[in-house]
Amino acid sequence: MALVNIKIDGIEYKVDSSLTVLEAAKQCGYNIPSLCSFNHGKCSKASCRVCLVEVKGARGLVASCVYPVNDGMEISINSQKATEARRVSVELLLSNHNQDCQSCRKNQNCELLRVAQLVGAREGMFKGEKTPTTYDDLSPSLIRDTSKCVLCGRCIEQCKSVQGIGILGFENRGFKTIVGPAYNKSFNNVACLQCGQCVTVCPTGALMEKGEIDKVDSAFKAGKFVVVQTAPAVRAALGEEFGMPIGTPVTGKMVTALKRLGFARVYDTNFAADLTIMEEANELLERINNGGKLPMITSCSPGWVNYAEQYYGDILGHLSTCKSPHEMEGAVIKSYFAEKNGIKPEDIFVVSIMPCTAKKFEKERPECRGVNNLPDVDAVLTTRELATYIRRAGIEFNRLPNSEFDQDIMGEYTGAGVIFGATGGVMEAALRTAYFWLTGENADSLLKCEPVRGLEGVKEASFKIKDMDVKVAVVSSMKAAKPILDDIRAGKSPYAFIEIMGCPGGCINGGGQPYVRSCMLPNEDIDIEDTYRAKRAAALYSEDERQTVRRSHENTQVQALYKEYLKKPGSHKAHELLHTSYNDRGHKLK
Amino acid sequence: MALQEHAIKEIKEIVDQYKNEPTPLMMILSAVQTKFGYIPMEAQELISEETGLSVAEIYGVVTFYSFFSLKPKGKYIIGVCLGTACYVKNSQQVIDKFQTLLGIKPGETTPDGMFTIDALRCIGACALAPAVRVNDKVYPQVRVEDVEKIIDDCERMEAAKNEKGN
Repeated sequence: MALVNIKIDGIEYKVDSSLTVLEAAKQCGYNIPSLCSFNHGKCSKASCRVCLVEVKGARGLVASCVYPVNDGMEISINSQKATEARRVSVELLLSNHNQDCQSCRKNQNCELLRVAQLVGAREGMFKGEKTPTTYDDLSPSLIRDTSKCVLCGRCIEQCKSVQGIGILGFENRGFKTIVGPAYNKSFNNVACLQCGQCVTVCPTGALMEKGEIDKVDSAFKAGKFVVVQTAPAVRAALGEEFGMPIGTPVTGKMVTALKRLGFARVYDTNFAADLTIMEEANELLERINNGGKLPMITSCSPGWVNYAEQYYGDILGHLSTCKSPHEMEGAVIKSYFAEKNGIKPEDIFVVSIMPCTAKKFEKERPECRGVNNLPDVDAVLTTRELATYIRRAGIEFNRLPNSEFDQDIMGEYTGAGVIFGATGGVMEAALRTAYFWLTGENADSLLKCEPVRGLEGVKEASFKIKDMDVKVAVVSSMKAAKPILDDIRAGKSPYAFIEIMGCPGGCINGGGQPYVRSCMLPNEDIDIEDTYRAKRAAALYSEDERQTVRRSHENTQVQALYKEYLKKPGSHKAHELLHTSYNDRGHKLK
Repeated sequence: MALQEHAIKEIKEIVDQYKNEPTPLMMILSAVQTKFGYIPMEAQELISEETGLSVAEIYGVVTFYSFFSLKPKGKYIIGVCLGTACYVKNSQQVIDKFQTLLGIKPGETTPDGMFTIDALRCIGACALAPAVRVNDKVYPQVRVEDVEKIIDDCERMEAAKNEKGN
């Protein structure tokens, strides 16, 4: 790492020569506002013009997000010329923005609003015509409102670099430019994963999840028996919405809040994660023993399932037929739980709190209907929406005492269920149970299965179980998955079992999780955008370690469910309620 | 509307020809535009399949450059230059006159498929301002009164072509 000397507003600093001016200034304790800078400047397009600074000797003002530092450079962030230019840039962006800030759901997290305040933007400086806009809310997961778009291009880059697909692009030119899928189609009518990774980087409210709090309100109003379940990854991130440091687990406070919100039962999707492991491990062993299609691939992530159906329709036979855990939980609530409590399934309304936007799409699938053709899950709220819901009810989250999930018949969960939220977690949980079934004993080494932990896009491992060598892979993000899937397509995949998650890092980094932008988080470390995934994952692994029961097959309530109701993993009843099927949707526009 | 067999073959050939260039998209699109007179959605999807680029990216390029068209263009493409030099010499009035006489706006094509009006930004013929280009022919110093004659010229040429054909 070569160091160079630079001056910022007359003060000398030593910085890494590979940095951009914006990154270098950040290291030195300055926050140059920017709306398009992204991935340490590697993907920045210098499109927003908000990060302008003066550099001595340079022609005009420079966009600091793409301008590299060099030795002896004299930068001015605070000169009259630079501050005025940044203010005008933002005022021009605002002049083509719909400015409905008071009612915008992005308000507390809006980078444009924040930047407008930072640069001291004045109201109504440039009045005139506005670009014709598109409002797309056809998709069950995502909303695109181009009246709020600042054309920064982050979403386009994210879709391309993370998922490797590039469903979004700039369209038209000049004043008529908008961002959207080809032909300005809806997200619903193109081969979009509904993963929401674009939402996580949008600086404004132009891309957001489709809100469903109203649906939950209506269910309460209609007198339904409203049951809520929370995914493992939610507890690792919800605290961030209330100003807590990233990586603070808030399981107890979250449960208290949900109880105060009036839900009839507060359950943990982890129960169904344990159930998923029973079904999935059973399916894997059946495939191995009966010459079924291998490798088998997990099906917990609806973003990944959408990718498979739209891009790899010819290998759908490799996907486990297991529904995702929250769908299983919903199906069991509307059958087993309903019967036990003498409630009509029609009167039950199941709400899932998920770190995910694609789950909203998944719950609408006709294949995800069980009892009396009712949807297994009725509404899906993201982690962010839950925070909004809690605030609206006047609940002071940070002051809440802890409480426990409801413990009746489906309240128990194991450490194996908790780690589903991090990439590699499903694999580790499945191995713990598969090992026991094959050998009749538990392997303690699988309680901290290092080879499948960590945030790399692809992890490989090999395990000796009895006389069998089981080769596995763990993948997160579709860009990382592509070569693995191409191998399967070519019939040369060396694995028996593959875990695939749609978002990089798994559910902890899902499209429904709190926004992480270092410029909005002055109390976090400056490298937080690189470290937050690991911090959230650590919160889950620590909860796993605190559990006394850490293997899914040891969950006594899951055992009771099989004994009393489902009979055994893979039974007819289990298939009816807990399994699903997939369709080739390769015709969708890519 | 699906592409015809021969069009699929020709587009694939064009893609093959440029596939190994460092940035093949512009060349492919230019060749398809020249060959077919426009780049319909189906052609963009085929190019996407053949190159691995997303349709969104291809569509972005097609809609960015005015040279590319999503709809079929007329036999006679009347390009009126609205670059600075032509504009100050009244080319706006010239294009307005074309619009009135043909009953279409810039970017549109007459229902009989004869004429398309394009608003151009500087065609490099500033010395001839205001300039109008019809297909490959450039008309210099065009006045509003000349517009009708240019249209007549095209119609006469077309009639002559048809007679020859018969």
